[in-house]
Amino acid sequence: MSAAQLGRAIAAGEISAVDATRAYLARIGQVESDINAYLHVDAEGALEQARQVDEQRAAGAQMGPLAGVPVAHKDIFATKGVPTTAGSKILHGWVPPYDATVTARLRAAGMVILGKTNLDEFAMGSSTENSAFGPTRNPWDTTRIPGGSSGGSSAAVAAFAAPLATGTDTGGSIRQPAAVCGLVGGKPTYGSSSRYGLIAFASSLDTPGPFARDVLDAALLHEAFSGYDPRDSTSIDRPVPPVVQAAQRTDVSDLRIGVVRELGGEGYQAGVLQRFNETVALLESLGAKVVEVSCPSFDTALAAYYLIAPSEASSNLARFDAMRYGLRVGDDGTRSAEDVMSLTRAEGFGPEVKRRIILGTYALSSGYYDAYYGSAQQVRTLIKRDFDAAFEDVDVLISPSTPTTAFPIGERTDDPMAMYLADLCTIPTNLAGNAALSVPCGLAPEDNLPVGIQVMAPAMRDDRAYQVGGAIEAALRDTWGGDLLSRSPYAPA
Amino acid sequence: MPAITRDEVAHLARLSRLALPPEELDTLASQLDVIISSVAKVQEVATSDIPPSSHALPLENVERVDEVQPGLNQEQALSGAPAVEDGRFRVPRILEEEA
Repeated sequence: MSAAQLGRAIAAGEISAVDATRAYLARIGQVESDINAYLHVDAEGALEQARQVDEQRAAGAQMGPLAGVPVAHKDIFATKGVPTTAGSKILHGWVPPYDATVTARLRAAGMVILGKTNLDEFAMGSSTENSAFGPTRNPWDTTRIPGGSSGGSSAAVAAFAAPLATGTDTGGSIRQPAAVCGLVGGKPTYGSSSRYGLIAFASSLDTPGPFARDVLDAALLHEAFSGYDPRDSTSIDRPVPPVVQAAQRTDVSDLRIGVVRELGGEGYQAGVLQRFNETVALLESLGAKVVEVSCPSFDTALAAYYLIAPSEASSNLARFDAMRYGLRVGDDGTRSAEDVMSLTRAEGFGPEVKRRIILGTYALSSGYYDAYYGSAQQVRTLIKRDFDAAFEDVDVLISPSTPTTAFPIGERTDDPMAMYLADLCTIPTNLAGNAALSVPCGLAPEDNLPVGIQVMAPAMRDDRAYQVGGAIEAALRDTWGGDLLSRSPYAPA
Repeated sequence: MPAITRDEVAHLARLSRLALPPEELDTLASQLDVIISSVAKVQEVATSDIPPSSHALPLENVERVDEVQPGLNQEQALSGAPAVEDGRFRVPRILEEEA
């Protein structure tokens, strides 16, 4: 049952929110020892929220389409009264006294919080192996990574241990895990979903977004938490694009679609390209006009990203100073505040976080600032220009979501550059701030693992991405006899 | 010649308030060397006529009415603190003791 169907069944009184919540809590109990998707399961809180929804419904309250539907939150969103760690030892045991806007809005929509999902520490990574609390496993093959950094969220939905989940996408941290877990994952237009209460990594890139089993569910979640937030100074004060409506159109005959030449070919897994090319042909058969588009600056996007994101991280993570919250190490009465701070940060942060703090500090340091950070910001301008030029000719751009399917756990942990390549296709969108969606497009023949197609749309035209995603999904469902996820070893019988 | 030396990493670690053990400095120096060599290619395309973009969207100043609004109370603000004394954050000494 999709989240949309579950919401309707709850609204019709066919199933109570409490029973739906109990069913998901039981499922978590079944699969969690294999998958490790959750860092914290809030069974008591979830059942209490569900009871309230059932009571309100019984009292005749008008509620939204997702009222009573459970959701899992990436553990980087502050949740009032529910532990929040960002996957880091430095925040272990922290219980926020406030809610992030995303979690507050979904509470207000009547959604039931199942718990908090695992992630790469502070959202830095592409495999969820950088969590201080152990890696999450991919339900399609538990020897492989579920993607990252929102890998707990993607694995929870793919293992049917949550109908919906939230994530954040800084360089692809929703689209890449969605692709390798056979899910739909969206990166909304930057500024259209609030960053308030999101533990900051790279403020000019971080974007909250949805994970779902299908395009309509993703659109419903997207719509439920998006929109202007006066608490976020970068929030866009414009109506949310009609993504739910667009997800249900399944017609692309009015669209021009550009295939990005620079995102494909050498270094890409053969089976990924095969499924991608088949989907391009499918879109043409559905009446879309497909053309090849060149975005030459995309070749430098990865390099620019790995200067900009660490620079912003080194600044944002300065707040973890062992004084006001989180871990404190070495405070024995003889050490100065500065020494305690240095000892705490060395103990509390994992290797990837330290690597990025040092890299960011280097890129921002005097003497190197212009050469690295300044140049990266210029590349960002070039990438925006490439998108702008492309969107003059086409309505959306498409590419594979990731160069490869899910790789084995441990394969890339000692090689940061190999790990960073997982975000090759997704990063340009973060640098330019526009919208994108990853949708399943089949299993790679060589390893039977999910492949995703990425649809990129102009800023505030998220609806176009959902329109194309919905059309691809509708056409492929016919050939699969259901969602791709119905072929997963974890699909309920 | 490496782009970044072990001594430089040690200096950056001090600036970043990270007390790193020697073996971590060695690992980081070699990894950062590889990363910096790869990201250095941004310099090849960035010519002086291209303006930098610090942000994806043009940022505007956002103002709100200067009104008192409810915030966290003292108990909530201190709830996550590693050490509290007399309703305040207790921190290690910041100034050196006078001789």
